[in-house]
Amino acid sequence: MKTFKMGGVHPEENKISNDAVIEVMPVGTQMVVLMNQHLGAPATPIVQKGDKVKVGQLIGEAQTFMCANVHSPVSGTVVKVEPVKDAFGLMKLAVHIAVEGDEWMETIDRTPDIKRECTLEPAAVVAKLKEMGIVGLGGATFPAHIKYSVPEGKKAEYLIVNAAECEPYLTSDYRVMMEHAEEICIGISILRKALGVPNAYIGIESNKPQAIRKMQETARQFEGIIVEPLKVKYPQGAEKQLINAVTGRKVPSGKLPIDVGCVVSNVGTCFSVYEAIQKNKPLIENILTVTGKKLPSQHNYLVRIGTTFSEIVKHSIGELPATTSKVISGGTMMGKAIVNLDAPTVKGNASVLVMDEGEARRAPETACIRCGKCMNACPMGLEPYLFSALVNAGRTEEAQQNNILDCIECGCCFFSCPANKPLTDEIRLGKGRVRAMMAAKK
Amino acid sequence: MTQQILIAVMVLGVIGAFFAVVLYFVAQKFKVVEDPLIDEVNEVLPGANCGGCGKAGCRAFAEACVAQGNMEGLRCAPGGEAVAAKIAELLGCAVEQGDPQVAVVRCNPSYCGDKRRSNYDGLTSCAFAATVYVGESGCAFGCLGCGDCVAACQFDAIHMNPATSTPEVDEDKCTACGACVKACPRRIIELRNKGRNNRRVFVCCINKEKGAAARKTCDNACIGCSKCEKVCPVSAITIADNLSYIDHTKCIACRKCVTECPTKAIHDVNFPTPAKKAEPKPAAAAPAAPAPQPQAEAVELKA
Repeated sequence: MKTFKMGGVHPEENKISNDAVIEVMPVGTQMVVLMNQHLGAPATPIVQKGDKVKVGQLIGEAQTFMCANVHSPVSGTVVKVEPVKDAFGLMKLAVHIAVEGDEWMETIDRTPDIKRECTLEPAAVVAKLKEMGIVGLGGATFPAHIKYSVPEGKKAEYLIVNAAECEPYLTSDYRVMMEHAEEICIGISILRKALGVPNAYIGIESNKPQAIRKMQETARQFEGIIVEPLKVKYPQGAEKQLINAVTGRKVPSGKLPIDVGCVVSNVGTCFSVYEAIQKNKPLIENILTVTGKKLPSQHNYLVRIGTTFSEIVKHSIGELPATTSKVISGGTMMGKAIVNLDAPTVKGNASVLVMDEGEARRAPETACIRCGKCMNACPMGLEPYLFSALVNAGRTEEAQQNNILDCIECGCCFFSCPANKPLTDEIRLGKGRVRAMMAAKK
Repeated sequence: MTQQILIAVMVLGVIGAFFAVVLYFVAQKFKVVEDPLIDEVNEVLPGANCGGCGKAGCRAFAEACVAQGNMEGLRCAPGGEAVAAKIAELLGCAVEQGDPQVAVVRCNPSYCGDKRRSNYDGLTSCAFAATVYVGESGCAFGCLGCGDCVAACQFDAIHMNPATSTPEVDEDKCTACGACVKACPRRIIELRNKGRNNRRVFVCCINKEKGAAARKTCDNACIGCSKCEKVCPVSAITIADNLSYIDHTKCIACRKCVTECPTKAIHDVNFPTPAKKAEPKPAAAAPAAPAPQPQAEAVELKA
């Protein structure tokens, strides 16, 4: 079975919400749509107070290169365009919409029929992805139209679909595969043709045998889609590791996947690509796992963006258990703690993960014993203990020379450290300093 | 035998004389002329190499002083007036009279403590915490409490108060080098004039949110109501972005704004406590929450 060569760890899988069928989360009374739903600059709001909007109407326009369109997830009236606190408590510009009815844009095809044929030219596909505000749903929310516009002089040879879902607890990708396998394969075919590559590979970790079987059965009806079972090892779904596992190629330091002829896309993104291209539906919903060991029930929800986390909690489990200590958006390895549950969800949110005191707390930090476990665990072949020392000593230049910017912040070093040193935090701090230093030098 | 010795002495003597001549010309050619004054000025400086003057170190500061010939725009904060006077004497110029300054933490420590909205468990670094989330107090402008300023201080002049999770400046030790100002990712710390008898009035908040939003996050936030601006007799107060700012070069420390402020965001330090108050203030630390002072005393101080 294929896997990446260097490092990696195996955290407890905890896929306890695997069997929870995707439910549709009802729409609340007011929606708050952040303009910063993606990596890059925030979109510019093009609606004003008092405007009527329909589901799927463009409300935030991408006006810079690294940006994506934002569409209204509901129909109703714009109440205000004002900053609001996001999940981390920071003020972000948002459009507030009072919900009235459920009136969709006429262009959106809401019939349940599956549409297979796509006659669009590659350039038209990319333009439509941009128009529909599609972003990568693997975590980084990278605008899709940039990813699929292959720069001149470079050629894509592989399309790799990330369905590894190597993060503990998360099951949204698994559920999408189980319930929308055909749509995903159509989405992959569209992307495959847009890139002009002969084959697309779907990488799935072998702890999801049902998903592998389902995808294999479905992929047989399509041309050039190969399902690739992968070893269960974190971070199997990280871009560079997945490329290494599937193709054996290695992305050199400071380079992008396209430099080795690869484009990696998340399986959830492929589903939204299908909806955008074939059904004219912008990215206004995503699938979110509500999970936690102490929760009375586990759920997977189809949620409109702009629903608040507290609404999701209220609808799914009523209220948080009294022992709750931390709520995370994302998995346990790379997810971020939410400090403001009244914040709206955004395109990239994959879960609401509830943890109690025992799970949430970090163990007290002790001194580094130079055991080298962090080096063995690092999937990028870096030396986390060294970065820790350099960052604490303020030796930013040396950190840069030791390729600190290659760190993918997967958390394997912190996970494996017997001294509980916050290595990933220190490296992230160091990366920030290196970027600031490089910007100052320019 | 004597002849051999003589030849050896002569050969060595000729070689020596040749290289002496070469060295003489080389020394003349590559002579570095350095003003001996630089060494003298360098001797006077504290030698902390804190970088507070904006130069690479004390030596660089001395070079700049001598090159310029006077002390205009050059200031050694740790050295203070005594060092400035000595340098001026060496340079033979007038002493640049600058008001002594001190670092002032502009976040209100009376709010935090038990009113935390979240609990931070990550790396003890403000610079890192600022990239992750809003902070334990829930204020996007407030102190993050991880002590980057404490780590940056070379003079042991700033310490965290564990009760309030905000730093406090030791005025006696602070040299106004500005290291903490640069270290703070939220730009809370400001260098302000020490003021007469070390008495200062300042707005202890940098929250630029609108009044209602600011008040929601913190009881003692500046809400930009401009009451202080109206009451100030010398127009030292300006309001910008919902935030009041007192110009420390204009302020006469009359403390009218302190009594006027509805949220107690304006702090006064080192003013004598009225006699009827039982608790004496600690000498150096900034008071936790200034009690409104009687109007009569304020007038008396102003006069």
